[in-house]
Amino acid sequence: MQYKSQAVAKPYFIAAIALFTGQILFGLIMGLQYVVGDFLFPEIPFNVARMVHTNLLIVWLLFGFMGAAYFMIPEETETELYSPKLAIAMFWIFLVAGALTIVGYLTVPYATLAKMTGNDILATMGREFLEQPLVTKIGIVVVALAFLFNLSMTMLKGRKTSIGLVLLLGLWGLAIFFLFSFYNPHNLVLDKFFWWWVVHLWVEGVWELILGALLAFVLIKVTGVDREVIEKWLYVIITLALVSGIIGTGHHYFWIGTPEYWQWWGSIFSALEPIPFFAMTVFAFNMVNRRRRDHPNKAATLWALGTGVMAFLGAGVWGFLHTLAPVNYYTHGTQITAAHGHMAFYGAYAMVVLCIISYAMPILRGRAANSAKAQVMEMWSFWLMTVSMVFITLFLTAAGIVQVWLQRFSDTPIAFMAAQDQISLFYWMREVAGVFFLIGLLVYIASFFVKGETKAAA
Amino acid sequence: MSGTFTKSMARNIFYGGTVFFVLLFLALSFDTMKELPKRDNRANLTESVINGKKLWEVNNCIGCHSLLGEGAYFAPELGNVYPRRGPEFIKAWIQAMPTGAPGRRQMPNFGFTDQELDDLVAFLKYSSEINTANWPPNIEG
Ligand code: HEM
Ligand code: HEM
Ligand SMILES: [Fe+2]
Repeated sequence: MQYKSQAVAKPYFIAAIALFTGQILFGLIMGLQYVVGDFLFPEIPFNVARMVHTNLLIVWLLFGFMGAAYFMIPEETETELYSPKLAIAMFWIFLVAGALTIVGYLTVPYATLAKMTGNDILATMGREFLEQPLVTKIGIVVVALAFLFNLSMTMLKGRKTSIGLVLLLGLWGLAIFFLFSFYNPHNLVLDKFFWWWVVHLWVEGVWELILGALLAFVLIKVTGVDREVIEKWLYVIITLALVSGIIGTGHHYFWIGTPEYWQWWGSIFSALEPIPFFAMTVFAFNMVNRRRRDHPNKAATLWALGTGVMAFLGAGVWGFLHTLAPVNYYTHGTQITAAHGHMAFYGAYAMVVLCIISYAMPILRGRAANSAKAQVMEMWSFWLMTVSMVFITLFLTAAGIVQVWLQRFSDTPIAFMAAQDQISLFYWMREVAGVFFLIGLLVYIASFFVKGETKAAA
Repeated sequence: MSGTFTKSMARNIFYGGTVFFVLLFLALSFDTMKELPKRDNRANLTESVINGKKLWEVNNCIGCHSLLGEGAYFAPELGNVYPRRGPEFIKAWIQAMPTGAPGRRQMPNFGFTDQELDDLVAFLKYSSEINTANWPPNIEG
């Protein structure tokens, strides 16, 4: 560790992994409910499990991003963090608020939770991904502001690198677009229109800046390639991302009551969105091939390369699959969407967080890299989780194609639930792949406890 | 990406491109706001519809169903359930939940009053009358 204050990243990373585990357990519950409909009913209805699954996903990624920023910014700015105490305080506030929210979802009927937490004052709940009670949403904003204040102050007193700037820009964007979650008009079309300003402009906008910055940071460290070269790539990638992704929001404005010109704007620009993800893959492989040193942390390099490839597959290829309006007309809101959502979130954001954890955690624990034995185990978990996710995606895609065929494309369309019965085999296979994913995750966690020869950190 | 294309050029293109496309996006959004009244059925946003939307939200219906294709994919699309099933069927359905049929997907019983059921139906009727460019492809949603 070059700077003492980087240590605050450690609890963030640990919390991220713990919440990730919770996310996967609830994924498996839902996966089973897809085929054994009354599993855990009425204790955990599907909609409750789904909130827990998706909100834990978002929260663990946020923990990961924050940990990453606290680890990276001191090194990038070459100065200690403005206030490590504030960072630790925010950690506990965020963790307790998050935990209370999940407990609320699981123990109180949602309508009661809404009443208890001030939803009558300002109704923001009950919209996909933004289910959090008003108090939690406010808590998120407070934590985000304190976090951004802390980092911005650090940046002001230190060296300003492009990686640092891009990371901060992405994080500020994340916080600013979240503010649209407080806007919930009665008009359903308006509600949906601005809902996407949070969801789409996050994952296909400002989060890509964060993704690029994390990847660039790890690549500099593990390859030793010149910073100038890497930062130039970073700018090119994020330019491509925002040029395509901002207007690309239009691929969500095809069928929700918005004007029909969005079918052109949305199709054309979102069809370009795979390009930055492709560039990321080329970037990662290129830098590793041109490496000037052989970093002992092989696992982190593997995660970096994997992030490039899987983000391109999940976001780029699976996104393109259904992004043109004439195709989306049939696939909109089917298992095809779920297939893409899974591989894109895992391939881009879950993997990049696991990548920075893989690089930073050994250093936070006082060594340059983990023992060979621990790394081999971590690489096993990489392959188990990643291959399982490929299979989850393939099974959901197959389910989606049959669903679209039976329910939407056929001359004699059948009802939703009748179509679901026809595809239950694919749901079973998805669940099996999900169990392998969980095994991969458990191997990953176990790899932290493997001892062996290590070199002290430089 | 060799000698002549420098990092500062890349940075300038990033800032310039971003500003340009943000402005273009805002312009399109602004135009959308002007066009929406013709399509979004706002004339029918009655008290009852507004209350129906709130009930839809505080019971997290979107956690199982989709509405105009967005939400979850566990239970049927409801953007067009009004023309598919009609008001009486919808109310009777909601009240009859859960079926308790072994192994079948279950929908909770929310204990709605008659007034609340009417509000929900009003919201679903309003939703079905939004101009969605002919989506979904057929009545099954
Ligand atoms: C890492 C980046 C991305 C992530 C994390 C992501 C994630 C998601 C998620 C979770 C949804 C479902 C939203 C909902 O619940 O309604 C979705 C929808 C969608 N995504 Fe992505 N996505 C990414 C990139 C892309 C890209 C690059 C494209 C296009 C090339 C794309 C095209 C689409 C389309 C067309 C939909 C709407 C599907 C529908 O109509 O049902 N996505 N995405
Ligand atoms: C054991 C593995 C997993 C299983 C069985 C599983 C299962 C599910 C199920 C059943 C849904 C709800 C689909 C619906 O609405 O009908 C869902 C939603 C979702 N899951 Fe997972 N999941 C798993 C792992 C993951 C992972 C690793 C990620 C990301 C890193 C993830 C991200 C998501 C997202 C973003 C959604 C919302 C999708 C959308 O709206 O289109 N899941 N998951
Ligand atoms: Fe999108």
